[in-house]
Amino acid sequence: MALAIETRDLTKRYGELVAVDRLNLAVERGEILGLLGPNGAGKTTVISMLSTILKPTEGTAKVNGFDIISHPDDVRKSIGIVFQEPSVDDELTGLENLQLHSMWYGVPKAIRHDRISEVLTLVGLEDRKNSLVKTYSGGMRRRLELARGLVHHPKVLFLDEPTLGLDPQTRDQIWKYIADLAQKEDMTIVLTTHYMEEAEELCDRIAIIDQGKIVVLDTVEALKKSIGGDFVCLKIARPDIAVFASLSYVKRAEIDDDMLVLTVENANEHLQEILDRAGKAEYIAIRPASLNDVFLHFTGREIRPETGEGGIFQRIMRAEARR
Amino acid sequence: MSTWEAIYGIWLREVKVFSRERSRIITSLFTPLLWIFGFGGGLGPNVSVKEFNYQIFIYPGILAMSILFNSVFFGVYIVWDRKIDILKEILVAPISRTAIFVGKILGGTTDSMIQGTIMLLIGGLLGISFGFGTTILVLLFMLILTVGLVSVGLILGSVLTSPESFGSVVSFLVFPLFFFSGALYPLENLPPWLTFLTYIDPVTYGVDGMRGILLGTSRFPILLNFSALAAFALVMIWAGTFAFKRMQ
Repeated sequence: MALAIETRDLTKRYGELVAVDRLNLAVERGEILGLLGPNGAGKTTVISMLSTILKPTEGTAKVNGFDIISHPDDVRKSIGIVFQEPSVDDELTGLENLQLHSMWYGVPKAIRHDRISEVLTLVGLEDRKNSLVKTYSGGMRRRLELARGLVHHPKVLFLDEPTLGLDPQTRDQIWKYIADLAQKEDMTIVLTTHYMEEAEELCDRIAIIDQGKIVVLDTVEALKKSIGGDFVCLKIARPDIAVFASLSYVKRAEIDDDMLVLTVENANEHLQEILDRAGKAEYIAIRPASLNDVFLHFTGREIRPETGEGGIFQRIMRAEARR
Repeated sequence: MSTWEAIYGIWLREVKVFSRERSRIITSLFTPLLWIFGFGGGLGPNVSVKEFNYQIFIYPGILAMSILFNSVFFGVYIVWDRKIDILKEILVAPISRTAIFVGKILGGTTDSMIQGTIMLLIGGLLGISFGFGTTILVLLFMLILTVGLVSVGLILGSVLTSPESFGSVVSFLVFPLFFFSGALYPLENLPPWLTFLTYIDPVTYGVDGMRGILLGTSRFPILLNFSALAAFALVMIWAGTFAFKRMQ
C-alpha cells in the first residue's frame, strides 16, 4: 500500500457552484503535498472531504487505505487535522486541551505525558500551558492548534493554512518541525497554503488548484522548469524580438512598454550571447523563475494582491498576466 | 475501554467549563429563587392550595423548573460551541456519535444536578422536612427528569444553527413546558383542554412525583409518575443518539 491518499473523481457541489470538480489525486506515503491556490479555489473543501467532515457530492477517496464514505471512523483514527479557524477551547488551559485531545484520540496513558510535553516544547508553549486559552494571543492559539494536531502522531496530517497569521520566526520553526516529523514518523502531510515560500520550503510536490480543479501537479523544480526558465529583462534602444529567434534556449520573448522580456533556460550561462545580440543595454535584470511565476503561468493571475515590491518585476508579471 | 475514556473526556470538559463559570450558577439560581420568594412569598400568606401555603405548594414545581431551564439550555449551548468552531474538534475525532451524546448527557446532568441540589437545600430552609429515603427518591426523580430534558436540549442543539434561536426555544418550548406542568397549580378541576396539555407535558410527571414525595400530595401514584418520566427519558435518549448521528 504505497498510496496514503487516492481520490477518484472527488466532487463537491453547492447548488450551482462546483467547489471541487472531479479531483483525481494520488499522494504517496511519507510525502508532503501542498495544495496551492487562491482563496475560494476549493482547497479547504478538499481537506474537509478527505477528513470526513464533508460528504462528497460525487466520487470518493481512500485515506490510509480506508474509504472516506464507507469507513469514516477508520479514516478519523489515522488522521490529524489543523483547522484554518482556531478550534481550541477557550475555557480550558492549553494543557487541558491537549489532555482531552489525547483521550479522544486514544493516546496510551503511559506515553501521554511525554507526548504532550514534546509538542508543547515544540511550539514554545511549555511555560503557558496552565493558562486559559482565552488569555492566549492569536499566534499562541495557532501554535496550540498545531500541537494538538500532532500529539497523537497521525499517519496522515492535514494542515489547513498552518502558519496563517504567525510571525516569521515561529513560521520557520514550525516548517522545520513539520519537515522533521514527516521524515522521522513517515507521516504523510497534505497542507493548503497561499504562501509561496511555505509551499516551496516544505512540499515535495505541489498541486496548483484553481476553481476546484488541479491545474498542474509536480515537484517545485519541475514546475519551475515547465515554464521555460529564468527571466531576463533588458532595456534597449530598439528592441527586436527576431534576433533571438534562432537561440534554442530562449523560450519566449516579448516587449512590454520599452522593456524586452526573455524567458531563458539557464540564463546565467547564456547571458553574454544574449547581450551580444541585444546590443547596448541601458538596464539589465536577471531573475530566477519563482513559484509565483509558475502560479501565474498556470492560472493567469497572481495569488495575492501585489505588494508593491520589486517594481520592474511587478510589471513583468502584469505583462505576463495580460497574455 | 478507549470509548469510556472518550466519554469521560467529554464529561470532564463540561465539568471543567462549568466549574469555571461560577457566575452561571448564580444567575441560573436567580429565576427559581424569584419565583419562590418574589411570587410564592407574596401569595403564600394569602393563598393556600390543598391546605399548603402557596409558597410551599409550588416549591416542587420550581425545583422542576430550575432543572428544566438548566437542562434544556445545557443542550442548546452546543449551538454556541459550533458557532465558535470548537465543536468541530469533537465531531472529527474518532469517537462514535453515541459516545459524544452520552458524554454530553453526563456533563449536562452533572451541571443540572448540582444546581438542583442547591435548590433542594433551599427547600430545607423553607421548612420542608425530608429524611434520607425521601432525599434519595427526590434525587432519583430529578435525575431522570434531567436526563430526559438534557437530551431534548441536545437534540435541539444538533438541529439549530444560530445562537439567536435560543430565544425561540424559551418562548415555544421551555415556557409552555413549565406553565403546563402544574408547577404553579394543582392538576385537579382543570378545564379539559388544560388537562390534556398537562397530561402530555412530561415535566408534569416530574412535578407531580416530587410533590408527592416532598409534600405527600399528588395527582398520580408515584410509580406512574416514575414510569412516565422514565419512558420520556428513554425515548429522548433514543431520539438524541439518532439526531447526533445525523449532525454535520
